[in-house]
Amino acid sequence: MLCEGVSMEYQFHWNIVFNKMPQLLNGAFVTLHVSVLAMLIGIAIAVLLAIGKMSDSKAISFIPTVWVEIARNTPALFQIYMAYFGLGAFGIHLSPYVAVLSALIFVNAGYLTETFRGGFQAIPKTQYSASKSLGMSSVQVYRYIILPQMFRRIYHPLTNQFVWSILMSSLGILVGMNELSGETQRLQSLSFRTLEFFIVAAIMYYVITKFVLLSTSLVSKRIFKGDI
Amino acid sequence: MIQIQDVHKSFGDLEVLKGVDLDVDKGEVVSIIGGSGSGKSTLLYCINAIEDIQQGRIVVDEIDVHAKATNQNKLRQKLGMVFQQWNSFPHLTVLENTSLAPQIVLKKSKKEAIELAKYELNHVGLGDKFDVYPTRMSGGQQQRLAIARALAMRPDYMLFDEVTSALDPELVGEVLDTLRMLRDDGMTMICVTHEIGFAREVSDKVAFFHQGIIEEMGPPEHVISNPQKETTQKFLSKVLH
Amino acid sequence: MGISFFTPLSWNDSGFILTGVLNTIYISVLAIVVGTILGLIVGFLRAEANRFVNSLMGSVLDILRSVPLIIQLILFSTYIGAMGHPLNPFVSGSIVLSLYTMAFMGEVFRGGFESVQKPMIVTARSLGMSYWQALRYIRLPIGLRAVFPSWLGVALSVIKDSALVSVIGYMELLRTSEQLISRTQQPLEILIGVGIFYFIISYPLSLYGKYMERKMAI
Ligand SMILES: Nc1ncnc2c1ncn2[C@@H]1O[C@H](COP(=O)(O)OP(=O)(O)OP(=O)(O)O)[C@@H](O)[C@H]1O
Ligand SMILES: [Mg+2]
Repeated sequence: MLCEGVSMEYQFHWNIVFNKMPQLLNGAFVTLHVSVLAMLIGIAIAVLLAIGKMSDSKAISFIPTVWVEIARNTPALFQIYMAYFGLGAFGIHLSPYVAVLSALIFVNAGYLTETFRGGFQAIPKTQYSASKSLGMSSVQVYRYIILPQMFRRIYHPLTNQFVWSILMSSLGILVGMNELSGETQRLQSLSFRTLEFFIVAAIMYYVITKFVLLSTSLVSKRIFKGDI
Repeated sequence: MIQIQDVHKSFGDLEVLKGVDLDVDKGEVVSIIGGSGSGKSTLLYCINAIEDIQQGRIVVDEIDVHAKATNQNKLRQKLGMVFQQWNSFPHLTVLENTSLAPQIVLKKSKKEAIELAKYELNHVGLGDKFDVYPTRMSGGQQQRLAIARALAMRPDYMLFDEVTSALDPELVGEVLDTLRMLRDDGMTMICVTHEIGFAREVSDKVAFFHQGIIEEMGPPEHVISNPQKETTQKFLSKVLH
Repeated sequence: MGISFFTPLSWNDSGFILTGVLNTIYISVLAIVVGTILGLIVGFLRAEANRFVNSLMGSVLDILRSVPLIIQLILFSTYIGAMGHPLNPFVSGSIVLSLYTMAFMGEVFRGGFESVQKPMIVTARSLGMSYWQALRYIRLPIGLRAVFPSWLGVALSVIKDSALVSVIGYMELLRTSEQLISRTQQPLEILIGVGIFYFIISYPLSLYGKYMERKMAI
């Protein structure tokens, strides 16, 4: 499927790839699209799971715990297969996009739950009492003291998780999704320029992740003045 | 005998030692006092060949410390050094901390090295701590361990760089007692210290450092009790009050 | 009732599954061992190198961490094939997975070497130890201890990432189950079995990692 045209001297042909640039860029867009969505929904779920996990009730903290441990201790590929093939047993048939999205959400939520919990617990309890002693209400304490500090601590793990999502969405190739890798796979199979297409895809991934890391670090310099 | 002759030392453009002369005879205890950044630590580092020098000479028992031909690892065996931070090796027990260097550097047998280590640990009062990990001990105990660790190399000279500065006040005494004991054993020592009272009590000679040179030097009765230079008087009045 | 083309899962398949399990373990362990050794060298060189060499090495290794593993696997095996020296999936897979592991291990070990502060090394040298003795007896053991939990984290992710080697045709666990699924049409049972396998390897080790981390934090 992947190794065609075995010849001692491989001739690179780049024109075909450049002609398909619009499709590749579209694939890159889908990659970003699915990763951003998986982050946003993952964050929302992780907040709930983290609150649940910090609950004193065993019954409530059980579900987040199971979620977190499954997400962290099984391969992403397994999770995508579960979403795409496994759910079929319940009569649920997801499109490749939704299957990859759900798997990424599942993993993001699992990892970020621990990030949020750690970020919250790292803030000394004395911050709370000190703020209270200044006459702030509980809401104010969270709004002005706890959450800003927590955000600083989780910012870096969040960007890492985002990069991870971008890289892992490449597994869409295995279920025929049209993100960057899947699109590359489809295009190369039409032209047999496997090497050229995947080299360009690799460069595009590199550029995307560098771009994300660079812009998030610029943003962090802007919004985080002072320590940490 | 340690001979320091016209030593100049710079870090980049910053000249830290500007011509230092100092002789330390066998059995002598020399204290170095002076303000922060005056180059006291740097001088000890140069004696121990941790730092190189730009001009002048340091000779330890006829060996030119910074000569190309000198085996500096071998030279350092003569010179024990203890730092402000004790830097215990956290992955080794107290006994292992002390017996490691004799084994791998002096090539002593394990049994011999352990004997030696036990002797020195007993000497500094850590006889009941052999199998403890140093991170579980107080700063004063760890600093005494650092001294025993250096002594186990059977050095001819000991260099101490503000060994009590990082200690809680109540732990300073036990470390100073250890130094007094070494002096009584006849060890040759150079002590950089902020403990002026201690310097006056134990030293044969006190050197006052100021901006990279020895401003005033002599017996403690002179330099500390009756300083001649204005800079010395200023410094002493600051630290004594 | 017509004749089914699909035959359900049976005990006869256990040998096939076991091959997949063993192959997964085999390639993961290999990549972890090779990646750890290479990562140790890379991490050491980076910790010792001057800023220019360091950032040069950093940006090369960074490529391995910024391109999806699946793309690296496809590129490598296609490239080798196109150059006329095709390798079998196991060899290609091990090479790519090991280099990928190296890139992450390199960062882990660099952190370890850098966590041993200069004064600690100066102290060792002041006792007469040579550069290499200080490395062997002081820096290495202290640095390795400090990064053990991170090392374990990378190793666990390599076990999980090894599933991707199936893409270039290596018969590891996920690929054997894929084939079973297409024969038996019982995706759920088989996938759950696969999930449990990964879980029982990964979960206890991750607990151990957390335990060590907590122990070292004290
Ligand atoms: N490795 C180095 N690189 C550059 N400058 C250095 C270095 N080590 C020391 N210095 C500088 O050399 C000067 C003398 O430092 P040194 O540590 O010898 O002072 P000191 O007399 O021991 O002071 P303190 O009482 O604070 O320990 C200081 O200005 C210091 O900043
Ligand atoms: Mg100093």
